[in-house]
Amino acid sequence: MSDNARVDSPIRPSVVLRAGRYLHHNVLYVYTAFAILYLMLPVAVMALFSFNDPPGKSNVAWHGFTLDAWLHPFGVPGLFDVVQTSLGVAFISTIVATALGTLIALALVRYNFRGSATTNMLIFLPMATPEIVLGASLLTLFVAIGEPPFFPTNFITILIAHIMFNISYVVVTVRARLYGFDRHLEEAAMDLGANEWITFWKVTFPIILPGVMAAALLAFSLSIDDYVITSFTAGRTSTFPIFIWGSARVGVPVQVNVIGTAFFLIAVGFVVITTYLQSRANRPPRPSEPAAIKQPVPEPALAAGSEA
Amino acid sequence: MGARGRLMRLTPYLLLAPGMLWLIIFYVYPGIQMFISSFWSGTLETGFTVSLDNWTTYTDALTRYEPQFARSLVYGAAATTICFLISYPLAYTIAFRGGRYKNVMLFLVIAPFFTSFLLRTQSWKIILGDDGILFGPLKDAGFLPPEFRVLATPAAVVAGIAYNFLPFMTLPIYVSLEKIDGRLVEAAKDLYAGPWRPGGTIAGAIIGTIVGAGLGAALSYDILVMAIVGLGAGLVVGSLFVSESFLRIVLPLSLPGVFAGSLLTFIPAVGDFVNAEILGNTQTRMIGNVIQSRFLENNDYPTAAALSFILMAGILAMVAVYAKILGTEELTSAG
Repeated sequence: MSDNARVDSPIRPSVVLRAGRYLHHNVLYVYTAFAILYLMLPVAVMALFSFNDPPGKSNVAWHGFTLDAWLHPFGVPGLFDVVQTSLGVAFISTIVATALGTLIALALVRYNFRGSATTNMLIFLPMATPEIVLGASLLTLFVAIGEPPFFPTNFITILIAHIMFNISYVVVTVRARLYGFDRHLEEAAMDLGANEWITFWKVTFPIILPGVMAAALLAFSLSIDDYVITSFTAGRTSTFPIFIWGSARVGVPVQVNVIGTAFFLIAVGFVVITTYLQSRANRPPRPSEPAAIKQPVPEPALAAGSEA
Repeated sequence: MGARGRLMRLTPYLLLAPGMLWLIIFYVYPGIQMFISSFWSGTLETGFTVSLDNWTTYTDALTRYEPQFARSLVYGAAATTICFLISYPLAYTIAFRGGRYKNVMLFLVIAPFFTSFLLRTQSWKIILGDDGILFGPLKDAGFLPPEFRVLATPAAVVAGIAYNFLPFMTLPIYVSLEKIDGRLVEAAKDLYAGPWRPGGTIAGAIIGTIVGAGLGAALSYDILVMAIVGLGAGLVVGSLFVSESFLRIVLPLSLPGVFAGSLLTFIPAVGDFVNAEILGNTQTRMIGNVIQSRFLENNDYPTAAALSFILMAGILAMVAVYAKILGTEELTSAG
């Protein structure tokens, strides 16, 4: 089908057909390998430069190998505080957004009601709005209110913003998991004498739990990484991304690369472990389990589908 | 039954209420407030007054920042095109040739985006540096002239945007390709769908030339050289890799994913300011840079609100056209 310019090699006309056939079979794999290398390159550079030993503040040229930054990851003033703030914002906003978003997803998939089309649109729009507009419009709201706890902007306004932009992503992720949910299971529980409350916690919740977890993971990673919206709603509060931005002009300290690399490894490790556990749980297909539990798109696809 | 029935009918609204209220108060209303704020005059210290006479803020902002608006559209379009060129073969390989490694490949494509957006961009600054790890050795070996540079040019900004928003393109295309029933392609081949050599050569040449020239113009490179490069690449791809079954079955069925991916890539790309700030120079400033500095450095809320409102209105119009034609299902399911 298609190909990239980088793999066209000098081809003599006499072998064009054979070369074409050969390329057609292998070129896509070669291309994909190159593409993945290209995607991984900045991550590799980030990790490599976490071992750098620059004489000054600027960490853009390679000077020598050292473990210093890894041994003292918070050896830069203020870094510990901003990481703590970021984790706090991420935890709280993830919990609130996951709860609110899961309820919306349940309503959208399980009920036919007037206004569901409008609801869908309202869920979709925040994801289709540039981050800068989300941040800027919230800032105008806070400025217009003009008094605490909204202005001057602070930790609470960061939380408000993060919950807002996370809700849509949670809804979309949980909803993907709820499609194909077998409602007979709930009916069976009710027939056996369980009330709505018990049915929800004993039947519904365990089935949607992997989807809710995926949504929470996605919300957490979006929140901890957000710079653009946070920059508009943070005021004097600083988060990890704001710290990076602020230090970019004078030189990003090596320790920032250490923490970035650590976050990356934790996120990847978490996804790998949960995917492994889930695939192991799904492997012996017990007839009692509904087919809906097995999902065609794996968790990482949903988790990072809307990242960046 | 009556009371219970009424409760059942209320249930969805009760489930929706908390989350939707949050979105209405902190997403919908701020949009309205931004429109109101664009008619403000005054400062933070004296307070603001709203007056319809301040509509001139819009005309002033548009004339003053027209280059930045134009640049954002051009860079956004160029980055979206590059994302498409990189993503389609990638998504195609994973969907059709991935076999049992499909999920592993998908994970490898997504994993880099678990790193911080700012650190990724900072890494590109290191990689693309004038004497950095990529161009330094090439210059020393004499393959590139010493004055060659990418950092602080439009190419670096567009490359950064394309890299950072790539998954928005790859995943929707992958989802739409993944849905295609392989038996359709087999059926096409049974019905004598073969290679598409003459047509592919001509189409590849034309499309390649146009794309090359367009990217050349957007990145302020030599348009003729870029057009020739595009022509060459288009010829190779079109003549060797486009089959009739791809053209008639796979490509049309994947178009919804391509459209969704283009919209989801273009929107954040147009509004981005991080790449232009870290990888660009003063000549590559986009509308996002202006909005950010008007808001946070100059406290010029009316102008900044007007600029953001123009950006939002433009994008809402695009989304509305898209939703009218294709529906939102593809966007939200892939997003």
